[in-house]
Amino acid sequence: MATTKRTVEVELSTTGMDSRGRPQRVPLVTDESGQVVPMTAAPGVEPDLEGDHMLINIGPQHPATHGVLRLVLELDGETVVRCIPHIGYLHCGFEKIGEYRQYNQIIPWTDREDYLNSPGNNVAFALGAERLFGIEITERCKVLRVIASELSRLISHCVWLGTFCIDIGAFTPFLWIFQQRERVYSMLESWIGARLTTTLTRVGGMGADIPDGFTDDLANFCRTFPKVLAECDAMLTKNAIWVGRTVGLGAMSAEEAVNYGLSGPMLRASGVAYDVRKDFPYLDYETYDFDVAVGQAGDVYDRFLVRMEEMRQSIRILEQALKRLPDGPVNVDDHRVILPPKSMATSDMESMIHHFKQVMEGPRPPIGEAYVAVESPKGEKGYYMVSDGTPKPVRWRIRPPSFVNLSAIPKMVEGHLLSDVIAINASIDIVMGEIDR
Amino acid sequence: MSSSFVPVLAGHAEGSNVPAPVTPKNVQHVGGAENPTAVALKAQFAAAVHRVDVVWGETTVIVDKTQLHAIVQWLHDDPSQLYDYCSDVTAVEFRDLGRAIEVVWHLRSLPHRRFLRLKVLLQKGDALEVPSIWDIHKGVDWMERECYDMFGIRFDGHPDLRRILMWEQYKEGFPLRKDFPLRGRFSRSEQLRQALAQNPEAKYSMEELSIADAFEDLPAEMQQRLGAGERVGE
Repeated sequence: MATTKRTVEVELSTTGMDSRGRPQRVPLVTDESGQVVPMTAAPGVEPDLEGDHMLINIGPQHPATHGVLRLVLELDGETVVRCIPHIGYLHCGFEKIGEYRQYNQIIPWTDREDYLNSPGNNVAFALGAERLFGIEITERCKVLRVIASELSRLISHCVWLGTFCIDIGAFTPFLWIFQQRERVYSMLESWIGARLTTTLTRVGGMGADIPDGFTDDLANFCRTFPKVLAECDAMLTKNAIWVGRTVGLGAMSAEEAVNYGLSGPMLRASGVAYDVRKDFPYLDYETYDFDVAVGQAGDVYDRFLVRMEEMRQSIRILEQALKRLPDGPVNVDDHRVILPPKSMATSDMESMIHHFKQVMEGPRPPIGEAYVAVESPKGEKGYYMVSDGTPKPVRWRIRPPSFVNLSAIPKMVEGHLLSDVIAINASIDIVMGEIDR
Repeated sequence: MSSSFVPVLAGHAEGSNVPAPVTPKNVQHVGGAENPTAVALKAQFAAAVHRVDVVWGETTVIVDKTQLHAIVQWLHDDPSQLYDYCSDVTAVEFRDLGRAIEVVWHLRSLPHRRFLRLKVLLQKGDALEVPSIWDIHKGVDWMERECYDMFGIRFDGHPDLRRILMWEQYKEGFPLRKDFPLRGRFSRSEQLRQALAQNPEAKYSMEELSIADAFEDLPAEMQQRLGAGERVGE
């Protein structure tokens, strides 16, 4: 292969003039003899910068901030003295919009807040609305929702692992794990027709039953995904560079983590075994056999280990869910909340009335309120809904786990190096859609 | 290297105090078993506990706002309660504008696996001000800021109560209040005009400028205002 040699001509110039003989734009000063000469830099020593703090701005448009997060850092040399986060660049007013929508119409909005965990959000919202309505969902629906939640945990953790690797400087696991993520998205697409914004659930049921062949796909996925995970594990967990970049960073003690309201893997890495699935069970999670991964040091490395273990546990749950998936209806048999089949709506008078009332007015929950928390991949995700008996909620509040987790970042990055801020930020696993809502 | 090379697996669902799942089978709409903490609160703070509601299995204790901080502190410290985790701080305004604005705290006791909702009612016309519990639960920092940002409720004792989701110069009001129109107070064209009229140089807050050398470059008047403890800017 022929090589080319590139030469660069350096233009020479004399003081005060550039190479083409034009005067340089430099300030002119008068010297001791009264002559006007171009100012030259004093040949003095370098300024003493000790004690001088520097302000550096990261974001909002920076790939390592995982969205539109802006961090203003006060640096002493390369050490972070203070961190001031700014959020809200993605604020869309989801909660306000929710007050103008019927319950089923809010579900598409839940896709868009934590957009890496759309099915999980759909499930969480539906659970909240169902508690408000007082609906008991069917057994098949419960298992399908567990499958949806765990798949969504896997895709969220896949994105976290990939971007975390990229942030720290490893590119290969990103490619491996994103291929697996695509497989989950393909499964979701076969289920509901959408990949990212799934709108998978309805109040009282699901948007669709799983299609033929879905269980085979899922079983196949459960068989092959752990192999890819093991490869990533082999690549990273004992890798000297990886360990050197993550151990001891952003450590939170158990008491601090609880006090700062951290949840999910962030909290468990600090040694607190709080998992909503175990402590405040929903969707019959208490009947599944799985372990809660708990770290000790609460640093970035432990968060990595906890999330890796959570993926393995998710596969365990998925395998059990596949085994127990019962036959039967997916939606509750209650035409106040679930639309009648289209064929009935066009042929049967009562069904048509139900259809009309539901579409035009929407189902009405009784007066009351409910705070329903689920274990999202980021932590405790809560939906707090207040009903005044009308078809639209008075208040729909999202308790965003990454919002609270991120609020501890000034504490976590203090005293670490600038490059470690990126690693710590990546270990929080933030999604700005959820933080800003 | 940290000692935690392999994560500890703790299957701790064996604990005897895991609550029964809240499903319509187990709970009723209104009434039902109260959280034992509510009984203890009534005994401890008889005058400050206005009412106890149980809705869908969740216990709500409506308390007096003057005693709120003491109650949260007691719940946090008392060994029989240990509400060490604050899940959420938010507020509710009803469509019936005569009704009080409710400020809501969702507390969890991780050791006892209990969930409690505290409420303070702010009647219309009252000052929108409640005590901050930031000194007990550090995690409420941003949640209280958000509640202030969205509802205009001031948290007395919060160290840094400023807007969080909206920008600091935002003057249209508090978006989640019911008198705030869904599309905002101004037309799209006016909102665009205001956005374009923003000073793009005002990227840093004065607080941040004060960190670095930039403070020396500030106008004297601004330095003076900063020195007096004023906080403006984004």
